Amino acid sequence: MNKKSRATLIAIPVLGLVLLAAWYLQGTNIPVLEPKGPVGRQELNLFITGLLLSLVVVIPVFTLLFAFAWKYRESNTKAKYSPDLDGSRIAETIWWIIPSILILIISILTWNSSHQLDPFKPLASSKPQMTIQVVALDWKWLFIYPEQRIASVNFVQFPKDTPVDFEITADAPMNSFWIPQLGGQIYAMPGMDTNLHLMASQYGTFNGSSANISGSGFAGMAFTAKSSSPDDFNRWVQSVKHSGADLSQQAYDKLAEPSQYNPVTYYASAQPGLYDSVIMKYMPVAGSMSGMGTP
Amino acid sequence: MNLFFANAFLGKLNWSALPHDPITIFGASTVVGGAILVPCLLTYFKRWKWLWREWLTTVDPKRIGVMYIVVALLMLLRGLSDAALLRTQQATSVGASHGILSANHFQQIFSAHGTIMIFFVAMGLMFGLINLIVPLQIGSRDVAFPFLNATSFWLFVAGMLLVNLSLVVGEFSAAGWLAYPPLSELQFSPGTGVDYWIWSLQIAGIGSLLAGVNFFVTILKMRCPGMSLMKMPLFVWSVLCAMVLVIFAFPILTVTLTLLFLDRSMGMHFFTASGGGNAMMYVNLIWAWGHPEVYILMLPAFGVYSEVVATFSRKRLFGYTSMVWALIAITFLSFSVWLHHFFTMGAGADVNAFFGIMTGVIAIPTGVKIFNWLATMYRGRILFATPMFWFMGFVVTFTIGGVAGVLMSVPAIDFQVHNTLFLVAHFHMMIVGGAVFGYFAGITYWFPKIFGFRLNEWLGKKAFWGWFVGFLLAFVPLYILGLMGATRRLDHYDASLGWQPLFIVAGVGVIVVLAGVGFQVLQFVVSIMQRQANLDTTGDPWNGRTLEWSTASPAPFYNYAVIPQVTERDAFWAAKQAASDPDEEPAKPRYEDILMPKNTPMGLFIAAFAFAFGFAAIWHIIWLAVVGLFGVIICIIVRASDDEPEYYVKAAEVKKIEATAKEHYL
Repeated sequence: MNKKSRATLIAIPVLGLVLLAAWYLQGTNIPVLEPKGPVGRQELNLFITGLLLSLVVVIPVFTLLFAFAWKYRESNTKAKYSPDLDGSRIAETIWWIIPSILILIISILTWNSSHQLDPFKPLASSKPQMTIQVVALDWKWLFIYPEQRIASVNFVQFPKDTPVDFEITADAPMNSFWIPQLGGQIYAMPGMDTNLHLMASQYGTFNGSSANISGSGFAGMAFTAKSSSPDDFNRWVQSVKHSGADLSQQAYDKLAEPSQYNPVTYYASAQPGLYDSVIMKYMPVAGSMSGMGTP
Repeated sequence: MNLFFANAFLGKLNWSALPHDPITIFGASTVVGGAILVPCLLTYFKRWKWLWREWLTTVDPKRIGVMYIVVALLMLLRGLSDAALLRTQQATSVGASHGILSANHFQQIFSAHGTIMIFFVAMGLMFGLINLIVPLQIGSRDVAFPFLNATSFWLFVAGMLLVNLSLVVGEFSAAGWLAYPPLSELQFSPGTGVDYWIWSLQIAGIGSLLAGVNFFVTILKMRCPGMSLMKMPLFVWSVLCAMVLVIFAFPILTVTLTLLFLDRSMGMHFFTASGGGNAMMYVNLIWAWGHPEVYILMLPAFGVYSEVVATFSRKRLFGYTSMVWALIAITFLSFSVWLHHFFTMGAGADVNAFFGIMTGVIAIPTGVKIFNWLATMYRGRILFATPMFWFMGFVVTFTIGGVAGVLMSVPAIDFQVHNTLFLVAHFHMMIVGGAVFGYFAGITYWFPKIFGFRLNEWLGKKAFWGWFVGFLLAFVPLYILGLMGATRRLDHYDASLGWQPLFIVAGVGVIVVLAGVGFQVLQFVVSIMQRQANLDTTGDPWNGRTLEWSTASPAPFYNYAVIPQVTERDAFWAAKQAASDPDEEPAKPRYEDILMPKNTPMGLFIAAFAFAFGFAAIWHIIWLAVVGLFGVIICIIVRASDDEPEYYVKAAEVKKIEATAKEHYL
């Protein structure tokens, strides 16, 4: 086989694969690249900025790699050969400095974005913020609405353009609370209270999941997050209030038992202070050993 | 009464510990079958004595290196079978179908896959190459502590056996390769799986720590005359840096595993969810070891690339001083970035930003190294032998993986891709495309020095293409899947997410990688069969630059009949240049008596007792734990009381060996 037909033989499948991939991705939802809220939007912008900046290094590396490999191949005896060339102050200075400048720029981005997009920081908005408490259980998500006094499992709804303060804990091994289209994740840990501030700027339903393994039912910890109009949200709250059971301590204990692939469930009322009591469960009581040893 | 005896003699062990489902039974029978077949073959071919004298009791670092690599390659097959099962599950477990594995079994498999690939494949290949080459490259006859070196290796084997024993007796951890509590605590993982994980890593980890000390001292104290630090080959530099990391990082692992064991077995509360335990402390500790560990694996591979690029470009390495300082910078910085593994824990903006910036900074010396390798190719005469293919593949995958790494160093970006398949793709590109490709390059490059013949180049290149194409097919889709919201470690997902086609492509990638591995196996077989055709009679098959190529292939057990003297960096290259001067006649060598360590089975015995102790600790068999522990202590005392651990090889015998045909291992 000559070189040309061999190159064609390689090029056709590669090209086919690329086209197939493009066609497939065209019709597919890629949540991280299609954010529906300001946090996810800013995180995507950072992602793209970082990617473009790193091209400053990637393009020269790939170009030089293949150019040198071709030009200085053994059979090309016309190319210059300098076996003792082992350094150049100018060249080395360039490639210490260029990556350094690049990393300096990325460092500034890192510092600023870490503060701007700190998940604990409330979002700026003209509308008042609402609080939703999230408890990761074995293996489902419990959402408690302290203001509306309702609760739901594996489904969370909130009005569009309203900043939501998710207060997150776990009554189970560590999980990670993530709604890709709205923004990045944060860990849900027993005895800890983490916060994630998110906001939807469009109507829609978004997939949410746990990003950290928490046991055998972990894959079923998917939930739906819905962004709706304030009226729709209020109607949903009312409908929840008129249906379903109450989330008493007893009902909570039953819910907290391990179960897999739980359907969406609503609770017409949630016992006040439930979220705090879940956290306090894991706190050793000062001056006593009574908290020790009990799971 | 019966029950009491059963508990006293067997601890938690009983019949239910044996495997039940077909896939595990298959895995278990492979292990048991191997354990029966190998002794049978040895008996049939009457190789027991040979095995005992030449291998099991050896303290020769070259032989120990070969054994490390053999074990690691076997474990690579195990780890790849695990990977194939994982991808099969993920390609089929969609919507109504739940695939071929239960969730718990799937989780055990990925935990085993990660543990085996890091500890028993990557670490094994790395320590294997270090054993083979470091003493030779520094012009030494041995390592500083040969017996300790054998002990390190056998402890590594003991850990490896424990992981594989979990296939037959009991179960493996289902808590991921780093076993974060509270999931790994007794409350949520009541079985013995996490204990298997703890003790296999604990025993192998102590072996690694001892090996780290050993090679650190070897490099500092046993270099040949004239080899100052700045004249050491870059591979030796990279190993020195990696060993510094081993010495600082592995004690953290030992302590962390011990604390987790105390939690699980003694009712303590270091990391439990309740009782005042703090799981976040564990996550910090494990990554304070875990991140340096990544560089422990990476740096020696960087060293291999430095040797390979210079040799095959027929040119001095570009920017040696820069390369050394880049290594040292990476060594220091690698201890200041561990928190980037858990930005999502919510440590606060200042802390996250600090660790993010430090992570970015570590990319600078890494980038400098890449440019220096490229500059080494510039104006060279590049021979595209297989090791050079691995280097080229490395630059491509490592650069792609590196970009993902720099992106994830920004906490706000990390929030969106952390714990997803994007991350999985990233670290496979670093550890496989970065480190493992380097080890493969190193094995091909140094093979003739150890065995006296070259590996088949044609099959080597086929193996490379299988690995490289398969690897890209297996991991590029994972970047996209991560952005599509696919988190890692999912045994099942909903069909509406549209992930299945990409998982299938990734699965096809695994098959292509397996084809590459098939070519590697074939390469070894064919090369051994055709060894007469590929004999390396000169000791210098690649026109090498460093000392190891100045001695015969295969290198005699004492490495050098006469300890070399070094005046320059690429000592052997310089010597060859000088020798091509026709006026100069090579001086006749003057042989002396050589002091060498005697073989000893004590390392093997210590590891056997450590293995028994580990098994006893897993199953709470108290008497066996006592036997194991005292066995280790007694072995150490016996060994320490040996007054004559060394012997002399007489000058006359050295002369005879040097004059006659070279000894072959096969």
